[in-house]
Formats: sequence, structure tokens, C-alpha cells
Amino acid sequence: MQLWILLLLPLVTCIGVGFGGERNARAIALGGSLATLAWAVVLAMQFPHWQAEQWLYWPAPEANAFPVLPGLGVALELGVDSVSLLLVLLNVFLMPCCVLGSWVAIKERRREFYIWLLVLSTCVMGVFVARDVISFYTFFEASLVPGFFMLAIYGGPDRREASFKFFIYTFVGSLFMLLGLAYVAWQHAQQTGDWSFAISDLTTFAPTLSAGEQGWILLALLAGLAVKVPLFPLHTWLPLAHNQAPTAGSVNFAAVILKLGLYGLYVFVLPMVPEAVVTWGPTIAILAVIGIVYAALICWVQTDVKKLIAYSSVSHMGFAVLGLLALNPLGLQGSVFYMLSHGFATGGLFLCIGMMYERYHTKDLREVGGLAFKMPVWSFFFIVLVFASVGLPGLNGFVSEFLCLIGTFTAVPGAQTGYPGVLGPWFAAVAATGMILGAMYLLYMTGKLCFGPLREPADHHEHEELPKDLSLREIAAVAPIALVCLVFGIMPWPILHAVEPVAEEVLKPYPALVERHFEKMDAAAKVSLLTDITLEGSR
Amino acid sequence: MIEMSSKLILITPEILLFIGAVIVAVLGLSTHRRIRNAVPWTTVGFLVAAIVATQVVYDGSKTVTDADLLFPNLGLYLKVMVGVIAIGLVLLGIGMVDRRYEDAVRDGRTGFDPLRVVRGEYHAFLLLSIAGTMLVANANDLIWLFLAIELSSLPTYVMVALGRGTRRNKEAAIKYFFLGAMSSATFLYGFALLYGATGTLSLTGMQAVFATQAAGDGIPLFGLIGMVFAFVGLCFKITAVPMHFYAPDVYQGAPTPVTGFISFMPKVAGFTAIIMLCAAVGWSGHHIIDNAGVKVPTEGLPRPVHATLWVIAVLTMILGNIGALLQTSIKRLLAYSSISHSGYLLVGVIAGTAEGIDAVFFYLVTYGVATVAVFGVLSGLQRHGREVETLDDLSGLWKRHPGMAFVLALSAFSMLGLPPLLGFWGKLDIVIAGISAGETPLVVIMMATSAVSAYYYLHLAGLPVIRKPDARTEGVEVGPSPWPRIAGMVFGIGILILPFGARKLMEQAEASTASSWLEPAETTLNTEEARPVDQTTEIPRA
Repeated sequence: MQLWILLLLPLVTCIGVGFGGERNARAIALGGSLATLAWAVVLAMQFPHWQAEQWLYWPAPEANAFPVLPGLGVALELGVDSVSLLLVLLNVFLMPCCVLGSWVAIKERRREFYIWLLVLSTCVMGVFVARDVISFYTFFEASLVPGFFMLAIYGGPDRREASFKFFIYTFVGSLFMLLGLAYVAWQHAQQTGDWSFAISDLTTFAPTLSAGEQGWILLALLAGLAVKVPLFPLHTWLPLAHNQAPTAGSVNFAAVILKLGLYGLYVFVLPMVPEAVVTWGPTIAILAVIGIVYAALICWVQTDVKKLIAYSSVSHMGFAVLGLLALNPLGLQGSVFYMLSHGFATGGLFLCIGMMYERYHTKDLREVGGLAFKMPVWSFFFIVLVFASVGLPGLNGFVSEFLCLIGTFTAVPGAQTGYPGVLGPWFAAVAATGMILGAMYLLYMTGKLCFGPLREPADHHEHEELPKDLSLREIAAVAPIALVCLVFGIMPWPILHAVEPVAEEVLKPYPALVERHFEKMDAAAKVSLLTDITLEGSR
Repeated sequence: MIEMSSKLILITPEILLFIGAVIVAVLGLSTHRRIRNAVPWTTVGFLVAAIVATQVVYDGSKTVTDADLLFPNLGLYLKVMVGVIAIGLVLLGIGMVDRRYEDAVRDGRTGFDPLRVVRGEYHAFLLLSIAGTMLVANANDLIWLFLAIELSSLPTYVMVALGRGTRRNKEAAIKYFFLGAMSSATFLYGFALLYGATGTLSLTGMQAVFATQAAGDGIPLFGLIGMVFAFVGLCFKITAVPMHFYAPDVYQGAPTPVTGFISFMPKVAGFTAIIMLCAAVGWSGHHIIDNAGVKVPTEGLPRPVHATLWVIAVLTMILGNIGALLQTSIKRLLAYSSISHSGYLLVGVIAGTAEGIDAVFFYLVTYGVATVAVFGVLSGLQRHGREVETLDDLSGLWKRHPGMAFVLALSAFSMLGLPPLLGFWGKLDIVIAGISAGETPLVVIMMATSAVSAYYYLHLAGLPVIRKPDARTEGVEVGPSPWPRIAGMVFGIGILILPFGARKLMEQAEASTASSWLEPAETTLNTEEARPVDQTTEIPRA
């Protein structure tokens, strides 16, 4: 029930926005999103499993399943574990910031805008709290519609192409994800006699499938999830969409929508197809590493700030994927932490860029720069968030990047941690260059944008509604984000502790599987060695 | 004698519709405007009566079991579904009498537009076609099946031709009629071969003969050829490859309410007939004889039939979706979309068994609801007194008629299969049936092609919202009659709320196909259970 209220609050706000008139839309949206935030905080305080020794859902699954199609085992089921609750908190935390960030930027069709925004965040929360495949898929797909319209109506000059690309990319991929999940459900029905789409049923059943089948299921799931993450060859929708979206849209896309893909990897791929993950893990990790380095190199030559940050997301999400595939608790904790810290840091950066854009109507590094003197407050927040993104120790980005890399580094056969893995130092080493490149391009951008002589576009004139530096409203939008970055950087323990039991539970089958994988590989190597020798001998 | 009377009782709803057809045809001749205005409502009244009669008739389970049908309970589901959606389709064509326009039509100066002129014969033909579609559900032999299918399509030829006047319309009428006649000849030829192969016209008798043959040496070749001919002929009714060529032109040339009608009604008749023929030959128990002369049991339909349907389904899905990508005219786009939906439905037919057929009948409902909604919007709009033509005409619709744009987006997304709208559940049902039957490659193709459809449905749903109104769309306004819009709204809301009743609908679809031969394990399913409890209020009536 509590979770239903969480989902319904933004929707009720939508009705208020719809009938409240064009002028009041933003105020009502702000009120609604604050109420949602408050309710989510209440839920987080009620959540009984922060300190749990085991991985537990809350509320207990049977308590709130609502049968939709009992014949097919389709039931609406909501529940959270610590990871999904953290992601819900990330989403509701950013919602008021988004509303504040688009306060004056959205001038026409305001009501619609806030309705799309609120529907979007409902859908995203729905994905995080869904405990059955069908509602997961429903929310996953439904989130495309508000995203599409936000992009297509309020976006930049290339909005049409961006919105179509955004929708079609994800839709195409996720159809195959649905196919994979339906296949698992069918196998489950074949062997147990009962149809069920509950994630818990399918994740306990799917690992019993053969390695070959698991491989295909992994491929189908990846088709849907890799687009969202995004993994290297499927990332091309992202820079366009993030660049063209209005500020609130970019924030939402970068901070939350990207997490849907990673969350899907965590909730489906890891528990469902362990054998395939062990076999194909290195391949996926190679794609992730390519993404890290390639996107970082692209960032280096960008002159459009927003595009630069969009590409940096591609690079950063690669680290989170590596953390997941490290198959040890450190990496998984790091990956979850990465989802949160990237959400806050990049979301905040997009907000800052939006504020700058409202004043200068350009995002081009060649046209605008040296703002530290003119906009000291803005520069302060911008620099804090850049540092958080770079991974400066003391801020949240450092913790997550460090954990992901350590996890990857120690993911070797026969690791001391008790969690042997299929990656290893090489992956960590190459990925670490992405970190260095990240520091380079982000600091280069900061240097150009904040320091040096003041450069403004030739036709610039002061905005009538906005002060020279940030207004109180804008500070209210961005300051909480910066604060969270700092707090998470200094005190990551509560979150890491909360994720630990989940990580251990999810990774339980892996050590044995990895061992077996290597044994098999050794045996295969021996066989090939033997055949080599016999061949030699026969010659 | 007993058989005759029980059959007559079973077709009471159709008889009612026949009477209705005669009455509205006469009423339409009246010189009083008020009486002529009552014609569409009389039509609706008879449809309601037919729905009620269906439920009364199927309440006495005895008559149903007597009737010697392949699917004894199918009539209840099919007739109620067809009736309810037909009410929506009638509403699409309810107009206001416009005297001057009527004179112009009478003098042949302009074409018929059901939204402005009330003509008895339009509604009479509509009722006849609906009656034909309902009769298909009761078919127990090939002759009945043929006559019922013809009854459902012949009136539609006239309905298309009624809009005479524009060149495009004449082209549509001619194409529709001649190709339709050719398709009828094709499947009649197939029926003849089937009779030759089995020596019986009765579908249940045919089923028994086929079962014996399948257990023995296999079904004789010309039985299979007859099957293939019948399917190819029926492809015209369901707008599937290779008989799909007429669809874009006819859909574009017919008056919009008629387009809505022909994109739903013949399809239901065609799919019911295809399922009956497949049921006669059976989805199991077949084998092939390999080179060594050993019988190897196969899954699903007999190999040649399976292969034919498989190829038809794949080509239909691919051509339908690719063709739609290139369209700028809304009605042509919807024609291709209708083709691709036939492809998805064929996946359910090929999957077969109880699950597959249920999925097909459920999908037909989801498709019908979305069709009424989208054509409700199109019939409800006009541009300078003519139909809206291209996607550009809809630009900025959101600004001027937010409700219509909303319904259009809903129906487009529902046809795309976006959860949680109604269309998603239909597609999910078919996907699951397909996977369960081991037709994974087919389902993968279905997924891939419906991914393509995202592009054009997105245009249909998105352009009215995204684009700003421009000079071209200045002339776009709502039509004189509110009823198409109301039908669109009601069925649009249905797309939103019916998913909550999807369970009931699916249960009814399941009950409708329950038959003793389909699942031997479940022969104990008694008629009390087989009869759905709540039969009425699933689809909102206008």
C-alpha cells in the first residue's frame, strides 16, 4: 500500500497540474514532487532491512500481489530491497530540483511539461519497485512515452530526430527483452506446471536452464538493457537525446533513466543467467571498457558542453558495468554506489549547464567562458559537481569509481576474497585510463568555462527575469545535490552496508560457477595441448 | 427436424439482424427527415437486440451441444464481441441529414458520405455483413462457412462503392469487388478439393476423417492442396500476403467510416474461418515419412499447411510494416498496419492449440477497440468539408482538440503494443502462445517487425502533439456530427480501462474455444464452467 501511494502521488499531482491552470502549474508540480519526496523519506525510515543480514524485500511479496491474469500467473507486485529503495530516493530527490530548474526555462505548454515530468518519474519509480516481470516491463516501456514527448516538444533544434531515436532504440531492444523473459516464464511453466511472472520465481528457476539457453536469454536481455545503460555500440542515441532535451529532461535521462538499464542488469541478468554471465562476462566487460575509453576520447574534442557531459555519462556507466561484472561484493557495491553518485553529479551538472544556457543561449565552449568572476556562486557549484564527477577523494565519485576498479582488479581466478572473477587487472588498468582521461576533459572544460578572461556571446544581453548570478531558486535546486555529493563522499558507509547483504545474496552462486568455468577451460586447454602433442607425434 | 429447429434457435441473433436490415432499408426511403434520422439508431437497436438474443440463446446449454459444432461455445463470445464493436462502427457513420448535400448525391453531383446523408441501404448492408460474420461462428459445414463468409463480404463491396464520386473511390470499389470475387473463387476451389479428400462437407466429420488419415498414411495430397487454396483465398478477407494488394487503395478510397468497418469485420470472419479449417485438420497427431519410410511425428499443423501459413505470416508481417513506413496518407498507413496485424494474428493461428486460438480471439478484441477509436477520430474530423488525408493534416491537433489527439495517441500506442494499454496484452498473449508452441523463430520475427512499427505509430501518435498548427491545418475542424467523436472517445477510454478487465476477456476467449477434442486432458470441463459468468459489460457500449 505504501508503495502504491508512492506511485500515485505524482499522478495525483498531474491531475492538479492539469486543472490548476497554466500559471500555477510549476508551483503545483513543485508541491507534488516535494510531497512525493517526503513520502519516500517516510518509507525509507520505515524500511526495516537497512541493517539486515540477509537480502529481503519489503513489504513481503505475498502481502500485496494483485492478480491480473491468474491463468498466466501475471500479478502486479510491488516491493523494494535496499538497492531499489536507494534508486527511488535518488529519483524523488531530483524531482523537485528538476521542477525548480525548469521554472522559467519552460515558457509555453507548461502544464503539459510538468505532467510529462511527473509521469516520467512515476514510471521510473515503477520500474524500481516492480517485483514482477510484467509490471517491470510495463513501467520500463511506459517511461518512453513521457520521455519522447518531453524531448520532442521542448527539445533543441534536432529534437525530432533525437526523440524518435530515443524511443525506437529502446523500444526495439526491449521487445527482445520481453521475449527472453517470456521464454524463461514458459520454461518455468513447462517444468513446474505453473505460470508465474514474479521476479523471485523466475530468478530462482532460470539458473537451472542449460548454459546454451542462458546464453540466448542473456543476449535477449542485453538487447533491451544495453541500450539503456548504454553499452558501447548501442550508445549513439544518448548524446543526441541528452543534448537536445530540455534541462529537466537531461537531468532525468542522465540521472535516472540510464539507471534503468543497470538496475535491469542487477535484477535480471546477474541472478537469472549466472552461467552465461561467467562465460560472456569478459566480452561484455570489453565492450564496457571500449565505451569508457572511446567516449572519454570523444569528450576531449567536444566543444558543446552538454554533449560533453552526455558522452561522459557513456564513459562513466562503463565503470558501473565493470563493477557489476566483477562478481564480487566490492564491485557490486561500487556499482550501486556509482548509480547513485553518477545520478547526483551528472544530474547536477546538467542543471548547472541549463542555468548557464538560460543566460547565454549557448553551450559552446568557444563562445562563453571565464564565468568565475561574473557568476561566482554558479562556478562554485559547477566546480564541486565536476569534482564529484571526476572522482576527487572526499566526494562521492571517488568512492564509487575506486570500488568498481578494486572490484574489477581483484576479479581474478583464485582471488583471496573468496570471490574469484573473470575480469582482472588488465580490465582495471585500461578502465583506469578512462578515469585519467575523465579528469582531463572535465577539468579542461571547467578551466575554459570558469576561468580565464570573461567571454560572452557578442549579442548577449542581460536576461530580464534572471539575475547575473544564481537566484535563490536556482541555488535551492542545485545546492542539495552538491551537499549530497559531499555527504556521500565522506560517509559512504551507510549505503555500502545496506547494499552488502544484497550483494552477497546475488553473488552466492558465482564463486562455484567461476571455479567450474576455469576448470573447464583448463581441461579444454589440456585437451587441445594433448591433441597438439599427438599431432606432433603422428607427424 | 430437431436439428433444423435447434440450428434456427442458434441463429436467432442473425435472424434479428436480417429483420433489422429489411426494416432500416425501408425506413431509409421515408421522406420524413425525423424517420430517416432514426435509421442509425434502429440499427444500433437491432444490434443490441442481437447481443441480448445471443446471451439468451447460449444460456440453454442443450441447444449448443446439439449443434454439432467444432467450437460449440464460440458463438457466444464472437457474436457479443462483434456486436459490441459493430455498435462502435455504426456510430462512426451516424451523421446529420444535410438536405443540400443529399440532393447533390441524388443527382450524382457528389459522392455519398454517411456522415451527411442517411441512407437506409448503407445501414442495411452493414447489418447484413455483421450477420454474416456472426454466422461464421455457427458454421458446421463447408457450404455454411462459404455462404457466411460471402454474406459478410458482399455487402462491404457495396458499402465501399456507395461513396462513388471521386475517381479514387471508383478505383477502390472496382478493385475490391473483382479481387474479392477472385478470392472467393480461390477458396471455394479449395473447399471443393477438401470435399474430395474427405468425402464430407461437415466440419466435424472432416475432422474425424482427417484424424483417421493422419493416424494412417497421412492426409492425401489434394486435401492439403485444398487447404492451401482455402487459406490463400481467405487471405483476402484478412488482408494477408499474397492477397493484400487491394488494401491500401481500398482503404484510402472508401469513406472513412466504411474503412473502419472493412478493416475489422471481414478480418473477424476470415480468421474464424481459418481457425475452423485448421481445427478440422488439427494441430497435433501429424507425421512425415522420411527417406527410410519411417513415420516421424511432427509438431503442429501438417507440414505443408504449416509451411504455407508460416510463409504467409512472415511475409505479411514484413510487408505490412515496411509498407507502412513509407506512407503519408493516414488511411494508407492504417491499411498497412491492418496487414501487419493480420500477420501477428496468424502467429497465434500457427501456434494453435487452445492457447493460440484464445490469443487470436482476444487479440481481435484489442484490435477492434483500437480500430474504432482511431477511425472515430478520423471520421470525427474534417478539413474544408472533406476527409483528413495526410499525417500533416493532424499537426497541432493537440492544441485545438486535445481529446481527439489523446485518443489518437492512445490507439496508436495500443496498436504498437505499448504496455499497459490493451494492445499490449493481446500481443503478450500471442507471444506466449507462440513460444509455448515452440514457434520461437516466428515470435522473434514478430518482435522484430513490430519493432519496425514503432516508427510509424510514433508518427501517428506524436505528430498531432509535437507539431504546431500551420496554415494547412487551419481548415481542420470537427465534423458536423458528434457521434464518431463519441465512439472514438468511448473506445479510447476502453483502451485505457479494459486492461483491468483483460482477465475476464481472456477467460471468455478461453471458454469460447473450449471443446472436447482440443485438449483431451480437459474433457471434464463441463458446460457450466465453460460458460462465462459475466457476459455483458466488458466492452463499454456507446
